[in-house]
Amino acid sequence: MGIEFRHVEKTYPDGAQAVRDISFTVPSHTTTVLLGSSGCGKTTLLRMVNRMVDPTGGQLLIDGEDIAGAEPVRLRRSIGYVMQHSGLLPHRRVIDNVATGLRLNGAARGPARSQAEELLELVGLDPALGRRYPDQLSGGQQQRVGVARGLAGDPNILLMDEPFGAVDPLVRLELQQQMKRLQTELRKTVLLVTHDIEEALSLGDQIILLRPGGEIAQAGTAQELLSAPADDFVARFLGVAQGRRRLRTSAGQDGEWVVTDAEGRPLGVVEAPPGPVHPRADPSGSVPPEDGR
Amino acid sequence: MNHLLEAWELLIQADTWTGPTGMGARAWEHLLYTVLAVGVSALIALPAGLAVGHFGRGRNLAVLSTGAVRALPTLGVLTLVGLVVGVGLMAPMVALIILAVPSILAGTYSGAESVDPRVVDAARAQGMSRWQILFAVQIPLGLPLIIGGIRLAVLQVVGTAMLAAYVGAGGLGAPLFLGLRTYDYPLLLAASLVVIALAVLLDIAFGTVQRTARRLMRGPA
Ligand SMILES: Nc1ncnc2c1ncn2[C@@H]1O[C@H](COP(=O)(O)OP(=O)(O)O)[C@@H](O)[C@H]1O
Ligand SMILES: [Mg+2]
Repeated sequence: MGIEFRHVEKTYPDGAQAVRDISFTVPSHTTTVLLGSSGCGKTTLLRMVNRMVDPTGGQLLIDGEDIAGAEPVRLRRSIGYVMQHSGLLPHRRVIDNVATGLRLNGAARGPARSQAEELLELVGLDPALGRRYPDQLSGGQQQRVGVARGLAGDPNILLMDEPFGAVDPLVRLELQQQMKRLQTELRKTVLLVTHDIEEALSLGDQIILLRPGGEIAQAGTAQELLSAPADDFVARFLGVAQGRRRLRTSAGQDGEWVVTDAEGRPLGVVEAPPGPVHPRADPSGSVPPEDGR
Repeated sequence: MNHLLEAWELLIQADTWTGPTGMGARAWEHLLYTVLAVGVSALIALPAGLAVGHFGRGRNLAVLSTGAVRALPTLGVLTLVGLVVGVGLMAPMVALIILAVPSILAGTYSGAESVDPRVVDAARAQGMSRWQILFAVQIPLGLPLIIGGIRLAVLQVVGTAMLAAYVGAGGLGAPLFLGLRTYDYPLLLAASLVVIALAVLLDIAFGTVQRTARRLMRGPA
């Protein structure tokens, strides 16, 4: 179940080979991240799922069914899509932008609007903003609206193409955290494209790392990629080779563990110390912790 | 200067305007010709321009053919068609339509093309059909330019519709040509002034509509 890419290829009419022989599965209710630098075919792969791009080879199955036979417009209405530039209709109010998909699926204006208001709240926006036009919102707010629109109609599948790529780092972090919260609640089948390693590590249950030329360099969990990079390219891409992601722990003064990078620069503290876990002395000195193992 | 004054005096007399061949009736005819010519041109050019703008194909053909048609001298077309169909409204209508189509066509395909491709792409990805993209995205967002094309066509036609009288039809060309033949320069000038006034009024009207469209579609001011 989920989305299955089977030996998928794409050569554009101008001869550009964007994707060659790619197979992987996006399991239902989890987040898979397509990670890679610009031009390695991430967007092409993503857009195959809602038939914005048709593969020139191989098959794509959603819940076991080949989508080559699906009617593109119907298929797109059943799949959420969030893009880097919110892509909102500038001449429609925010609320109507969010309601677009609901209206396309046949909802009446009233119910569609009230549902759209709930969606705005869900993504952390004041529903009063719904009355504004997209150009009256900040970039971060517009992205949130884009996410709300993607979630409209409660699709099983959510496609996100660098959804937080165009906002400043602080807002990006906030949006990523919100995405994580939403996902624990909504459990969509998410395929997310990014070139940002941090984003991939933080959001992806599975990471598909692509290399230039449109091939998979390695697929696995964040842990698998970091602890056992398949080759030099993966190690270099993730920064393991340069020591960027080699962390060390050392005991601090008050018994906590300090994490440092390979050069010994402190990065933070560990809450649960490595090694045998022992219950910490309770400062109030009253009831001992019950769940101390 | 003297003629101009006399023309003005003519225009402020009530009986200049009344009667079946008065300036009022002629101005009305003139306006009808303009509306008819621009209306028929729009029926031809709007669908063609939208098709070019939507599919992104046939643009070169559109540019080439509008360029070629624009190079045709309207008086020549009028005479040629007049020779075939005879006197009456037919020949000037054909000439005016040929004059108006390129402007509307160009405005329409530029309008449809002017829409941010990312917005069109997003609309498609949301599951809008081709027609929905055309009517809910490209036409509304391209409206300011589409109206601009019609505005230009109206301006060209309102001036050139004078030629209708050249082959026996009415409009403000009738008093103008009459004045020309009878050396009645005040009459000739008066008819010209009315055409100018009509053109200015129509341009102001369309300018207002265009600005409103731009504001509603949240385009650049
Ligand atoms: N519509 C298209 N026509 C031709 N080539 C394209 C098209 N879209 C993408 N490509 C090419 O395919 C390759 C992969 O593009 P893309 O999937 O957008 O990569 P990414 O999203 O990883 O940056 C690039 O070399 C790009 O130039
Ligand atoms: Mg991309």
